[in-house]
This record gives sequence, C-alpha cells and structure tokens, in this order.
Amino acid sequence: MAARRSRIPATKYPVERFTLDNGLRVVLTPDRSAPVIGVAVVYDVGIRSEPEGRSGFAHLFEHLMFQGSENLEKLAHFRHVQGAGGTFNGSTHHDYTDYYETLPSNALERALFLEADRMRGPRLTEENLRNQVDVVKEEIRVNVLNRPYGGFPWLTLPPVMFDTFPNAHDGYGSFDDLESATVADAADFFRRYYASGNAVLAVSGDVDVAEATALVERHFGDVPARPAPQRPDFAEPDLTAERRSSYTDALAPLPAVAAAWRVPDPITDFAGYLPYVVLAEVLTDGDASRLVERLVQRDRAVTSLGGYVGFMGDPFDVRDPTALLLQAHLPPGGDVDKVLRTVDEELDRLATDGPTDGELARTQARMATHLLRDTDAVLGRALRMAVLEQQRGEPGLLNELPRLVGEVTDEQVRAAAATLRPERRASIEVIAGGAR
Amino acid sequence: MTATVGTGTRVLPPLGPNRRFKVPKQAERRLGNGLTVIAVRRPAVPLVELRLWMPTGRTHLARGTMLAQTMLSGTASMTSVQIAAELQAVGGGLSAGIDPDRLMLSGAGLVTGLDRMLEILADVLTGATYPGEEVGTERDRLVDRIQVAQSQPAHLARTALLRRIYGKHPYAVQTPDPAQVHAVRPAALRRLHAERVHPADAVLVLVGDVQPERALDAAEKALSGWSGAGHDDELPPAPPLEPGALLLVDRPGSVQSSLRIALPAVPRTHPDHAALQLANLLFGGYFSSRWVENIREDKGYTYGPHSLVEHSVAGSVLIAAAEVATEVTAPALLETTYELGRLATLPPKPDELEQARQYALGTLQLGMSTQAGLASLTSAFAGNGLRLDFLAEHAARLAKATVAEVAEAARRYLAPARAVTVVLGDAERIVPALSALAPVHTEPARP
Repeated sequence: MAARRSRIPATKYPVERFTLDNGLRVVLTPDRSAPVIGVAVVYDVGIRSEPEGRSGFAHLFEHLMFQGSENLEKLAHFRHVQGAGGTFNGSTHHDYTDYYETLPSNALERALFLEADRMRGPRLTEENLRNQVDVVKEEIRVNVLNRPYGGFPWLTLPPVMFDTFPNAHDGYGSFDDLESATVADAADFFRRYYASGNAVLAVSGDVDVAEATALVERHFGDVPARPAPQRPDFAEPDLTAERRSSYTDALAPLPAVAAAWRVPDPITDFAGYLPYVVLAEVLTDGDASRLVERLVQRDRAVTSLGGYVGFMGDPFDVRDPTALLLQAHLPPGGDVDKVLRTVDEELDRLATDGPTDGELARTQARMATHLLRDTDAVLGRALRMAVLEQQRGEPGLLNELPRLVGEVTDEQVRAAAATLRPERRASIEVIAGGAR
Repeated sequence: MTATVGTGTRVLPPLGPNRRFKVPKQAERRLGNGLTVIAVRRPAVPLVELRLWMPTGRTHLARGTMLAQTMLSGTASMTSVQIAAELQAVGGGLSAGIDPDRLMLSGAGLVTGLDRMLEILADVLTGATYPGEEVGTERDRLVDRIQVAQSQPAHLARTALLRRIYGKHPYAVQTPDPAQVHAVRPAALRRLHAERVHPADAVLVLVGDVQPERALDAAEKALSGWSGAGHDDELPPAPPLEPGALLLVDRPGSVQSSLRIALPAVPRTHPDHAALQLANLLFGGYFSSRWVENIREDKGYTYGPHSLVEHSVAGSVLIAAAEVATEVTAPALLETTYELGRLATLPPKPDELEQARQYALGTLQLGMSTQAGLASLTSAFAGNGLRLDFLAEHAARLAKATVAEVAEAARRYLAPARAVTVVLGDAERIVPALSALAPVHTEPARP
C-alpha cells in the first residue's frame, strides 16, 4: 500500500498567562467563533495525595466543594450555573482535581464569582458530609460493585504494579474509610491543598482578554494567599520481575486481562515519553493496528482490545510514575497466557523490524484528528491548558501536540517497543464468575 | 460543626446581555440518486465530521445488527484492514451502528482527507462484500458483546422497560438473540445490503472546516454512482403507554435497584413540546431539578438520577432513570411519585421556570458549539424531517412558554397516573416494601 503522508495541521489558540499576587496562576485562551466559554479551576492534589486510612478522600472532598461556599447556600452553585444556561462538573485524578463550567459567554463574571467563592472556603458541615458519603457510595455501587468489570483495570491493576500506598490504593476508597471521614479532615485537606498557590484558573472561548483579566483580578484578587504545599516524591523503582494477579468477578461473563509497563517520566522526560503514547496507538488504534489485526482478526484470541498511556487514559495529564496499559476481553474459555505470549511476540516483532512502511504516519494522522477534536470543545481547551500550566508551566503545548506526535520516528517507536519486556510487566486477570 | 466559612456578604454578579441565537449557515443538495447532502461550516479545527443516516424501519434484528457489525469488513478492492488503514492515513475513521430507526455510518477526519474519506465511503456503500471469514469472526464478537451487555443492570432494565412499553412494536426488542446471530450468513447480509443500503431516503451530513458548496460538490462527485432503490418499511406509530402493575425484574444479589419510569411525550414539532421539555427539566431533566435535589442532594439515595424526552421516528417517550441503594428502593420510588404528582398538580414558581428556561436555551448554544455536536444534531434532525433552522423556532417557543402552559404540560404528561414503572433489583429484599406502594408483578431477569 502506498505510504501517503498526510500533513499534520496545528491549532493556533492564543495563550495569555499571568499570576495574581496570591499565587493563583491564570491562563486565558480567547476564541470568538461561538458565544460560549469554558472555565476550569485545577488544584494540584489528587488520589496519590490522600492519607492512609482515608482512601477515596480526594474524590469525596471534590463532592464537598459543590455543597455551598462562603456566600452560597447548598444547591446554589448548581442553580447559578444551570440558571445561566451552563453545565458543570468536577473530577478527581491521580495528580489533580478539576472543577469546571461551560456556559454562554454572558455568564463569564458569574462563573468566576462561583469559583472564587469556593476557593475562599467551602461550607463543610456534618450534614453535607454525611449526605455526600451516601452519594459517593451509590456512585461506587453503580460504577464498580453492581456491574461487571467494575474498576477494571484502573482500580485493580495499580496494586499489582505498585508497592506504596499513594500509587497502589483504591482511589474510589473503601466504604469504611469513607464513613470514617470527618469535617475536621475536610477542613485540613482544604487548608493544605486548596491553596491559591496550588491552583490554576483557565478561561477559554468568547472572551476579551483585557475584560477577562480585570474580572479575574476583581474576583480572585482577594482570595487569601496560601502557598502550594511541597509535593511529595511518589517515585517507585521499575519492576525487575514479572508480576501477575487474578480475581474472580462474579458478574463478568467473559475473561479479561490487562497488562502494564512503566514508561519514562511524562514531565521531566517528555521526549522520551511521547514515543510510548504513539506506541499505544500503533498497537491498538483501529482494525489496522498491530494487536487488533493479530489478536482480534487473525487469531480470534480476544474479542475486544484497547491500549493507552495513563491509568485513566490521560497521557498529557499525568506525572510519574505511570504506565502504558493494554486491556482485552476474551471469548468464553479464552486463554490469557496465550494472549500475553502473543502480545510479547508482536512487541518483539515491532522491536526487531520497526513499523512497516506508512504504519507510523497513518497512526500519527489519526492521533492528530483525536487531539484536534478534543480541543474543538471550548471546555476541553480550558481543562487541558489548566493542567498543562499546572504540571509543566506550558499551556501552549496544547497547540504543539499534533506536531510533536507527528515527529516521533520509526526508530523511537521501535526502541519503546523493545522496553516492554515480560519481566517489566504487571498484569491482572479477571476470571469470569458470571460465565454461562 | 462548620469549618472554613466566613460571613456571606458578596453578591452574585448579574448575567451580561444575552447573545442573539444564531443558527449556522447550511447548504443542501438532493443528488440525482435521491441522496440528500447537508453541509454546515464550522472552521474551528481543520477537521470534518460525517454522518450518513439510512432509514431501516422493520429490518430483521439479528441481520441488521450483523450488517452494521460487518459493513466495513471488506469491499471488492479492499480488505477490512486496508479500509481501516486507508482511512487512518487521512486521519479518518468510520463506524457503523443501527437502531430500529436507522443505519448510521459516522466518522471524522482531517479536512484535507475529505475526498478520500468519501471515496472509501462510496466503495463500502456500493461494494461491501461481507467476506465469509470476517463475518464469522464478527458473529462471534457480536455474541460476546451481547453477553457483556446482558450482564449490565442498565441494559437489563432498559430491555425490560422497552418490552413493557412497546409490546409488539418493533421498538420492543432492540438486542438480538445470540442464537439468531449465529444463524446469519454472508448471503443474507449481501441481500439485506442490496435491499436497504440505498441513497433514496438517506441523508449525508458534513460539518467542519470546509465551504459548504465545496463539501456538496465533493459528496456529489464521490457518491453519484451509488444507486439502487430497495424498499423502506414505514414504522407503525408507537403504541400509547398502558399503566398497570409495577413490573419488578428480579436480579438476585443486586446491591442497587434500577428504577425506570416511562411517561408519555410528544415529538419535537408538537405544539406542547417546548412546555413539556421545560416541565421535564423541572422534574428531573437537569441537576437543579426537584427530583435530583430531593433523592440525591437531600436523601443521598442515588448518584445520577436523570430524566429525558427520547425522540424516535415512530414516537416519543419520557424516561426517568435512577440507580438507588437496595434498602431505599421503595422510599426512592415514593419520592419520585411525589415529585411527579406535585408538578402535575401545582404550578411551578416563576423563578424556577426561568432557571429551567435559561438552561434549555443555553444548552442549545453549547450543543452547537462543536463540529461533532453540530453534526449529530443536524443528522438527528434531518432523520426526522427537520433542518437546523428548527432550532430558532424551538428557541422562540422555549422563550415564551408560560407558567400556565408548563403546568398544563406537566398535568398532561408527567402525571404519576400515566406512568409505567419497571424496577430491576433483588426481589426478595425489595418486594415487601414496594408492595406497600403499588401492585407488583415479578418476573425473572430475561436477556
């Protein structure tokens, strides 16, 4: 097949950065093509930072940030965002927690007011805490306990791969830990981590930079200054011997397996890390990818297959340590050992021969489409730029990603594949307890 | 105990002036073969979105599902791997899906690859071969996927609800039986393709960084050779809801119960639709609704309750859904009935209606602000005989619906007396309390 190479296009979203006197970092990225805005506040605290005995606390606390604040009663936040024609949410990740709104652009000042108010202080009450513990337990039941493959592999693989509590524990939390959380815990957590110096505000979309800058200063300028806490070192050594584990999922009708290998530090060694992000797609993106062609189509050894970097599939939002993951569901009675052996064989082949003619270029073109598509949503831009600012001080990297992905070479992908050895692999097998 | 709270003295800033509601320009052409092509320009990112809607009323369920599963498995000139690789080369991809209304091919790619994507699309439409080997593989994969779906409580609850509300209508069963899937042969797929994959009533939507006229020309050039005039079977109208005993579907050991409530609704073009949409928002259609504030934010019974008016070609229905802790199943249903009844019998407060109205109008803007959102909206509208300019009419109706009209819509459509209720959960634990609220008819879970 002819190896035609598509030119990888780029976006040119403008980026304005500044820091308020209280240490809050701000990113503005105007785009007036539609009358909507995205507003995101990202705090540099996530699942890895919650203390032992308080698993799930970072996520529980995220819920508490919606329960009223200095000038706002319970329910007011939701009503004010939606009553302005907008939508909102928040999410808790390994390394950060985000809060965001997307709204018609006439609601800019309102959104800034709402975020600034809870940055000054949420209303942490016993009643709200108990209510949200109940809500979070239902969230865990719906996403983990009452369905097959709940938490697979993002909650079930880290304890196989990692040894320390921050990296290995269940980020949704145990019911015991959630129930023992106190208002005092929440107040401490807020004081420590929800500091102006530990946060980034990003605003994208239909805004005028001068006007938005003035509004940001008006609403966030007098948020009391608190410095960012020292971020602990979460480093763990790489595996030197294969690790495998398995568990029975009583609801699962088919066996499944996930495997992971550590990758270079996404922040300090971005150039070394990027080839792994590309490699995951070479292996698994679509019917023409290596592993789908081999395992799904040719061998019929698996029925579905995916691969990505970062336990939440968030390659540009994670810090070290993280991993490249492959996950597959097998047909009834499928042989997990055989699947892992075949993966090793295909990785060997790629490491020996390198990508075929055009294989890398087409994967890079497809990755460019995905990256560009994510930034078309005004909120996607605000969220990604906020995290890029927080973790790298480089929000404009968003514009560069399609090009950088496109510059990864055959040799880099080959070399990355060569490191995915069985002795560096952690894997988890789901035994189908619900097979008929 | 209260911590880290100061005294509330700051005032919520008012909203700026509303931006005028603008519908993006579109161009439309009916090709000689009957295919309608609609193109909308949104130049934000250098991509193009593609949606091809082909009506499929009354298609044999297992064959139709397999058709979607294998349509991209090969043509006279390309294998499935070549199709995927050639699409990837221009940053593109295509996928196929089917429901009782339509077969849909959708995808996105770099705008520089539009011509190539359309060329490959044309090759699939005119020359999909359904090769035996690939059909065999995909048959097994589909059966695997159905098994996984049938182990999901949300799927089981929906399956039971559809069967309960649609009876003998084609909407009643939307997941094929594995045995029927196993019986599908390549020849049947080729026959079905010849019968159903034709341009006469199909609509192609292209949205992105491309001049609409240029997109129409590209589509005409690539797809004029697609021909054929099979048949379309009109779907009969969906039957009216028939309230009755609560249907309890037993799922032993379930740690949550899945509540599903169906209520009557009207199509987008019906004069009551705007008022019904607002009444639904007030009840459970957004986070700041009575139902969510009650059973989540006050009682903590559930995580993500929501209600939605679902529009299909043969009819519309309002469906409210919540996953609640097993031990509070009956209390959660009681609060649900209470909130429906309260809205159906007492008018909403004017400021509560204003809030819902702003949400409805604002989310219209948000929905049109991405290429993907615009493409899906344009396609869903076109499949139901509407164009994007309908949004302006709808926005005007939302803007002027009165408290009295919304109260009347609530009385007419949201009355608990008209509800059909299905609960999936652990019968042994929940039947005693549920029986205090309504007559209960229990069935085992069926795939």
